[in-house]
Amino acid sequence: MSDSDNASGGAVSADDVKKIARLSRLHVEAGRLQPLADDLNGILGWIEQLAEVDVEGVEPMTSAVDMAAPMRKDEISDGGMREAVLQNAPKADDGFFVVPRSVE
Amino acid sequence: MTDLTKLTLEAALGGMAKGEFSSVELTDAHIKACEAGGKLNAFITDTHELAREQAAASDARRVSLKKSGGEAGLLEGAPIGVKDLFCTEGVKTCAASKILGEFTPTYESTVTANMKADGMVMLGKLNLDEFAMGSSNETSAYGPSINPWRKDKDLVPGGSSGGSAAAVAADLCLGATATDTGGSIRQPAAFTGTVGIKPTYGRCSRWGTVAFASSLDQAGPIAKTVKDAAILLESMAGYDAKDSTSLNIDVPKWSGACGQSVKGLRVGIPAEYTVDGMPAEIQALWDKGVAMMKDAGAEIVPISLPHTKYALPAYYVVAPAEASSNLARYDGMRYGLRVDGKDLNDTYDRTRTAGFGDEVRRRIMIGTYVLSAGYYDAYYLRAQKVRSRIVEDFQNAWNSCDVILTPTTPSAAFPVGHKFSDPVQMYLNDIFTVTTNLAGLPGISVPAGLSADGLPLGLQLIGKALDEETVFKAASALEAAAGFTAKPEAWWA
Repeated sequence: MSDSDNASGGAVSADDVKKIARLSRLHVEAGRLQPLADDLNGILGWIEQLAEVDVEGVEPMTSAVDMAAPMRKDEISDGGMREAVLQNAPKADDGFFVVPRSVE
Repeated sequence: MTDLTKLTLEAALGGMAKGEFSSVELTDAHIKACEAGGKLNAFITDTHELAREQAAASDARRVSLKKSGGEAGLLEGAPIGVKDLFCTEGVKTCAASKILGEFTPTYESTVTANMKADGMVMLGKLNLDEFAMGSSNETSAYGPSINPWRKDKDLVPGGSSGGSAAAVAADLCLGATATDTGGSIRQPAAFTGTVGIKPTYGRCSRWGTVAFASSLDQAGPIAKTVKDAAILLESMAGYDAKDSTSLNIDVPKWSGACGQSVKGLRVGIPAEYTVDGMPAEIQALWDKGVAMMKDAGAEIVPISLPHTKYALPAYYVVAPAEASSNLARYDGMRYGLRVDGKDLNDTYDRTRTAGFGDEVRRRIMIGTYVLSAGYYDAYYLRAQKVRSRIVEDFQNAWNSCDVILTPTTPSAAFPVGHKFSDPVQMYLNDIFTVTTNLAGLPGISVPAGLSADGLPLGLQLIGKALDEETVFKAASALEAAAGFTAKPEAWWA
């Protein structure tokens, strides 16, 4: 996936799919890389028509109804519910989540 | 006694208020219907015992309210189905995905909390496309819900709120909650002969609802009638400080708008919604809708929404981009499925690959691609600018009309297992509904006729932001004129 300012930078290759899958934390079987690349190219090719729209000077959409972002006091309003937080954990021990080792 | 499941929500609430029957009787009748309706696969999780308890508590509340002279809740004692995208305390919530496993929330979504506070009886959690991504309910890890209007073969109920639509159409519940990111309330409503409304973005809190695309997701009801939809939405909507996009404004009494005259109402007909290859019967239905609104005293105004054709491609940038970000949380560490691998990264990969279905994985990858370095401006930023153009189209249209009439879908319900030539063909289902999500506007689907094959077809009314009142008024007039009373044959019972 080479950097490009231009959406029509080129078709997605099987290699690109492998990189996208890695970024997405998904595993794609070698045999599925090219069919997925074809799928993505179909979708991206169709999305390409957005390039026809004149968006010069147009602000990106932020909200449907104009509203100021609500402000509130920065104070603790919740907490002290360790049991509830851990209740759905695949693995928990002694009040902690148990996760695979990430530092050798 | 008459079959209580054939009642509208409005009639059922009225019957309980008059003491003609209790919530327990009403709930038992619906539980029986749910038990007989297993073939529809409308529910992922049944909560019948809980429903009986809630019904008994509701009857007790009604007795004490009678003594104290208090007013019954908006949904007091009414058996309702909840889409399995709303977190429900103590009841499994899985978004029809394997990755959430047996996830059982310890908290309640704001929308369902509002409804519970209003006296709702919950019958169970309704089937949907996995993470609400789909237009046929077929991406559900629990198998598709089947359209009650099935003919000689199984038909899809639409999606993503397919279980909600199927359950309401088959009289398994008096109404259901649903969500709509690109048409997920209105398309299934059209496919099943029910009413579905997506309100203005921000009307219903998103807190506690499993996120798909946060700038588009909005909850709303699927119901038997326009007035039932208004009653349900009054309960679901309201300000919530826990959702920063929640609108801090009053919830009007929308049910009061139903039945009001549409004399002089300006109904816009957008030229761009006549699309290539649209079946003649969809055009004919639309023409019929125009004639009905005219007969009811409305003024028909031709309008133009020039950026309509760009709505769907813009949606398929914005929605997957936000989904890829939202779904990054499913890492197998804190809740849901975990598939152990040789190290942390391998565990992430295995968990997410096993837990997400094909369509969800495809959308995560599109989203990851359009947000990746060097592509953000060309895809996501451009799509958000195109969204502004679509908003401008509508703002210009409101100079000459008050509400817009379009078909809801480009076809009637299609068979289960129908092979689309590519994903884009499937996405085209949302062609008429997706613009209102991008612009944040309210849209309702009303059943307006039958196809040549005897399947329901819907018409959509789109309103100005926050003007659900006009939408309900116009929808109610359309409903009265269309006189849609057809029901599917109960082949499942």
